[in-house]
Amino acid sequence: MNASTTKETAIKTGFLVVALASIVILAMIVVFLFREGLPIFRKVSVRDFLLGRYWYPTADPPDFGIFPLIVGSVVVTLLSCVIAVPLGVLSAVYVSEIAGSRMKEILKPAIELLASLPSVVIGFFGMVVVAPTLQEWFDIPTGLNVLNASIMLALMAIPTISSISEDALHGVRRELREASLALGATRWETISRVMIPAALSGLSTAVILGMSRAIGETMVVLMVAGGAAAIPESIFDACRPMPASIAAEMAEAPFRGDHYHALFATGVVLFMMTLAFNLVADMIAAKYKQVGTATL
Amino acid sequence: MSTSAKMETRNMSFYYGESKALENISIAFQACRVTSLIGPSGCGKSTFLRTLNRMNDIIAGTRVEGEVLLDGRSIYDADVDVVDIRRRVGMVFQKPNPFPKTIFNDVAYGLRIRGLRNRTELYDRVEASLKAAAIWDEVKDRLNESALGLSGGQQQRVCIARALAVEPEVLLMDEPASALDPIATQKIEELIRALRDRYTIIIVTHNMQQAARISDETAFLYMGKLVEVGKTDMIFTKPSCRRTEDYITGRFG
Amino acid sequence: MERRKKRKLIEAGAFLIVRSAALVIVLSLAVVVGFILFHGASAVNWTFLTQPPREAMTAGGIFPAILGTLYLTAGAILVAFPAGVASAVYLSEYAREGRLVRIVRLAINNLAGVPSVVFGLFGLALFVVFFKFGSSILSGSLTLGLLILPVIIGASEEALKAVPRTYREASLALGATRWQMIHRVVLPAAFPGILTATILGIGRAAGETAPIMFTAAAFYTARLPTSIFDEVMALPYHIYVLATAGTHIEQTRPLQYATALVLIALVLAVNLVAILLRARMRRRRMS
Ligand SMILES: Nc1ncnc2c1ncn2[C@@H]1O[C@H](COP(=O)(O)OP(=O)(O)OP(=O)(O)O)[C@@H](O)[C@H]1O
Ligand SMILES: [Mg+2]
Repeated sequence: MNASTTKETAIKTGFLVVALASIVILAMIVVFLFREGLPIFRKVSVRDFLLGRYWYPTADPPDFGIFPLIVGSVVVTLLSCVIAVPLGVLSAVYVSEIAGSRMKEILKPAIELLASLPSVVIGFFGMVVVAPTLQEWFDIPTGLNVLNASIMLALMAIPTISSISEDALHGVRRELREASLALGATRWETISRVMIPAALSGLSTAVILGMSRAIGETMVVLMVAGGAAAIPESIFDACRPMPASIAAEMAEAPFRGDHYHALFATGVVLFMMTLAFNLVADMIAAKYKQVGTATL
Repeated sequence: MSTSAKMETRNMSFYYGESKALENISIAFQACRVTSLIGPSGCGKSTFLRTLNRMNDIIAGTRVEGEVLLDGRSIYDADVDVVDIRRRVGMVFQKPNPFPKTIFNDVAYGLRIRGLRNRTELYDRVEASLKAAAIWDEVKDRLNESALGLSGGQQQRVCIARALAVEPEVLLMDEPASALDPIATQKIEELIRALRDRYTIIIVTHNMQQAARISDETAFLYMGKLVEVGKTDMIFTKPSCRRTEDYITGRFG
Repeated sequence: MERRKKRKLIEAGAFLIVRSAALVIVLSLAVVVGFILFHGASAVNWTFLTQPPREAMTAGGIFPAILGTLYLTAGAILVAFPAGVASAVYLSEYAREGRLVRIVRLAINNLAGVPSVVFGLFGLALFVVFFKFGSSILSGSLTLGLLILPVIIGASEEALKAVPRTYREASLALGATRWQMIHRVVLPAAFPGILTATILGIGRAAGETAPIMFTAAAFYTARLPTSIFDEVMALPYHIYVLATAGTHIEQTRPLQYATALVLIALVLAVNLVAILLRARMRRRRMS
């Protein structure tokens, strides 16, 4: 009797320890990023690092200003959202409110498969197909630019936005839909005035997580954003978002040199941004759970 | 007689896919009367009610046979606008289902989608509806709060106000008081009696006393068939079918 | 009357837009996959799949990259599967909702949102540098394993949650301890779902590039790896290298397409299996 309770407790504790691993890993990510990233601030101030306009890490003397990289990340993320949010949310509306069961059986796997396409393949597609097309259409010197990166990033963010939005719409009480229809609302009025407002917090979570996905995405921006570490002035300019910079330069950066530390510090900034996105999404989701559908 | 009915079904059958849920139902509802639908659970009361405002249309694979007439016109005809039918035939559900909006916006919803923008007119109509639903005094100071903060009975009366706001001609109620306590139930019953003058009301209930208290006519459904329909006092005192009597007196097998 | 027509028209217009949005998504998938299939199919053959690259990677096959991806993926699963399933078991079977569980979940959600390149940096700092594993299969597998851990936890927990309560109650009522209930009743019942979770993890791990760039992937290796401390070539990195580095970018386009084709064939096949498996489970649960 007693032996078996001890065993049960031991097993439970074992599982608990493993479950705590996620916390430990997240903490270790923070520790190790900072450990390798902080030394750069012996050379440049935090302010100059974040707001410095020039990123010439291999020049002599080097410049470690990641402002253009931050702007690059923000610009491609926002522009990709302009594309991905309507497509993602509307496709979710279609799947959850309009499509017949047959259509659903095609669409849902299609969206999942899109999500599973490796980012390097999407980047490759952007390089070899989208870039020449843009170049031709708009008569620009190169198709590797902000616009191309944004389109490709949108492709990666759409499945995230779509599937979380669909969950949100699916979670709205069915009775609300019936109540609206029974009042003589059309299906679209029901969707736009009842279902979408009722699902709004879930939809915002979807959008935030989609943005988080886009800002952290690496291969796409590495391959199609064009790479120039300058602040883009038009959507046809090249740019160099943070992940691209890290991925492209790490291999050449001398081990534990300034450049190496600066790239880790860039990683810290990137990590902080996605962490913020995820915490906000989590807060919205938690609030939503407590209040149920009683929002708005 | 039957031609003057407000709403009427003729040899109406209803299918969920292959399974027949209603069989050959012919019944007429006179204007400005309250009719109770009673019958054991699963006999098809809700299904029947939902054929009257084409609410079953939204369930895939369902099918109606026979006729359902509103003012003598079939509501299932190809050229009939289902949206219009649902405006004319309002519905109140078993569980209160206010929208996650303010009370005012909830009641104004049906008016707004019909294009009413004028703020004062909206306000007047909302007030009139809330008064008609006997809930005005309880909510007049909190029109800008969510209806979800109200008690179940209050929520249900807001839902009734919402249904009344679009000026329906027929009001369908599916066990509107079954989720409520006795006092809230009494309020809803009083309300139904008060609404009788202006609306044709069809109400599903499991509560025999309630049916006896509020309705002029009572219809008894059993296994998808209409067993008997007539004046409420007749049904409750001298039912012509043995089944009805068994059910009413609780001697049901 | 006028108003009613307008409402109808608005609805028709809105539905058209909504439908087009869905169509655009399906089309994008079809176009991306179609292009790669179209351009890559002719270059994929048995030699391509089984031979190493030749002539400075302008000819020959991709066998070392396929093998490397298999090693890395297998390694990642070895790391993430036990840890992921155990975490899910704790969360779904033992944990009471409370402060601790809330923090664990928060950590998992945030871990899922960490950018892949940051995982790469972390793997570099911890496994390659701190533990001195070097750029190797071991470092890459561990990094990828951490990356897919949240995927496996999430999907496994869902699978466990889907096991009917009655199973658990019946088992406990027969006098089973909690652990007996879990490993005799709950885990077997959740097995197909956990399998699906694992497959999804495989698909994710096989396609990631950024996490292995600094931790495992080699531009080119002359010989196949012989230990877990060797660097490897990997399919995603190989595509990146062929498409962006070197002097023969245009000349090797067919090889790039073909490599991309092999990678998406692998990933899509894996995901399709997961989708079908899940659909079958759902159907069985219905009946
Ligand atoms: N969506 C549906 N699909 C298939 N069958 C249904 C559906 N809804 C109801 N039914 C079936 O139709 C029959 C009538 O159901 P209905 O809900 O109309 O009964 P009811 O008289 O309202 O019962 P209750 O008093 O319990 O509300 C039942 O056998 C039920 O199982
Ligand atoms: Mg019912």
